[in-house]
Amino acid sequence: MMLHELSIHRAHVLLRQKEISSRELTRALLDRVGALEDRVGAFITLLEEQAMEQAEDADHSISKGKLTPLTGIPLAIKDLICTKGIRTTCASKILENFIPPYDATVMERLNSAGAILIGKANMDEFAMGSSTENSRMKITCNPWDLTRIPGGSSGGPAAAVAADMCLGALGSDTGGSIRQPASHCGVVGMKPTYGRVSRFGLVAFASSLDQIGPLTKDVTDSALLMNVIAGFDPADSTSVPEDVPDYTRYLTPDLEGLTIGVPREYSEVPSDNATQGVDPEVAGAVEKALEKLEALGARRVEISLPHTEYAVAVYYVIAPSEASSNLARYDGVKYGFRSREADDLMEMYRDTRSSGFGPEVQRRIILGTYSLSSGYYDAYYKKASQVRTMIIDDFNQAFKTCDVIVSPVAPTPAFRIGEKTDDPLRMYLSDIFTLSANLAGIPAMSVPCGFSSTGLPIGLQLMGKHFDEGLLFRAAYGFEQATDFHKRKPELAA
Amino acid sequence: MKITKEEVIHVADLARLDMGEEAIDGFADQIGNILTYVDTLKQVDTTDVDATTHAISLSNVFREDEEKTPIARDAAQANAPEKEDGLFLVPKVIDG
Repeated sequence: MMLHELSIHRAHVLLRQKEISSRELTRALLDRVGALEDRVGAFITLLEEQAMEQAEDADHSISKGKLTPLTGIPLAIKDLICTKGIRTTCASKILENFIPPYDATVMERLNSAGAILIGKANMDEFAMGSSTENSRMKITCNPWDLTRIPGGSSGGPAAAVAADMCLGALGSDTGGSIRQPASHCGVVGMKPTYGRVSRFGLVAFASSLDQIGPLTKDVTDSALLMNVIAGFDPADSTSVPEDVPDYTRYLTPDLEGLTIGVPREYSEVPSDNATQGVDPEVAGAVEKALEKLEALGARRVEISLPHTEYAVAVYYVIAPSEASSNLARYDGVKYGFRSREADDLMEMYRDTRSSGFGPEVQRRIILGTYSLSSGYYDAYYKKASQVRTMIIDDFNQAFKTCDVIVSPVAPTPAFRIGEKTDDPLRMYLSDIFTLSANLAGIPAMSVPCGFSSTGLPIGLQLMGKHFDEGLLFRAAYGFEQATDFHKRKPELAA
Repeated sequence: MKITKEEVIHVADLARLDMGEEAIDGFADQIGNILTYVDTLKQVDTTDVDATTHAISLSNVFREDEEKTPIARDAAQANAPEKEDGLFLVPKVIDG
């Protein structure tokens, strides 16, 4: 096996046994990036020199017998997680030259664990998008078919993991931005419970929905990264002071006693012009996965989430509303891009924001400002926040009769680059299965569960109760160990 | 729900955005389509339903009021497009 093909846990064993050095491993990954980046386009900033220095430090620690499961492990970080002294762009012109004076809490944790940062990965501008086509830096291509999108908004991290350009990555998920690209790129993606992982240093999109989480080659690696990044942080006022278990304890192949809920409404996703319904190959792969879970000892029950059909509408009021407020801070004064054209302050604000933000970001700011504006607040923002309560109640009811809810991640495999760019609503509707978990704050993950006839990966979504990431890991691990979808690799001759 | 060009201009102004003439028509159509879709929420009876702003119930978390060193001013201002003597510079606000 080539070094770049290793999982985090396999690489850790080799590092511990001193069969490889972190320098060799990091060099191998950087060479892999060098060979593929032109075609895949996963990174905004590469940190070759710094990564090799970190690898040297890691080797030094290892030689003294000091290592954590992440010591010497090269990772990629989505470019909206602040890295001290390293440009953090959010794939936006407005933050093109922003160099954070501090590290996000998750970065501090990864650094203390001895992980190596090889680069900042591409994304949709401000994490707004489902295809990474809204990046103002570059296009990222799906490693399984370079004419297709990698998903979004964490398209860079997902593509980098799938193409073996890093051993694992951190992304962020506001409406599916970890799970959907994980599904499209055939990797494992975990969106933790809201409040489980500190958002301090995560550039804010929609503060009541955003969570940071791992994208990895397998479920074990996901649990290992969660062990490091999860936990209370006084710097994040919405961080939850709950104990974090050792997630690797849940990695047992036995699913006996587990009840899997299948939402009736998810098979009734409307098949109109806009959504085209669920692709039969996706539906087939999910059904086969359910049969596999049953064969492993899980019990399947039908559940109901009656307000599913409203999730997209609720989300596309709440997320843009919060975004319009969060993005008010980009005024060209304290940091970031400033337009030099203007003569007075008001004109400077307008010029800066209009040329600094791309079209999708401006669309969402306008939509959010409209929803929050006088005369429309009750009809849009308040109404959506009430229906959000009903969606949360649906989940509370459903979890009385099941432990884990299973569904597709995305209605179709990865679509072609350019296919949906001129129709934002159609793009939004493809988020139907992932948005609810953010609205309800529950943990959810994507695990590979099949391939389309054209060889594109298909992901299975598992959703759990608040703070029940462990049970998701158990179900996902059991499924993974009984299948070999995660072992397949895209054909990318280096 | 249709949204007029004038409404888009008004909301853009509130958000300190300056849409180009040619962009406005496209934006008005797209946002109109999205709002029409969002209007499906009107079908839901939300009488007596509380609004959710936060999915996890949190009570206030207190900590000791301890003195800490914040980020140094120079570091905090390092990204400012224009600065002078520890202050942020902006274009003039008042005439005269």
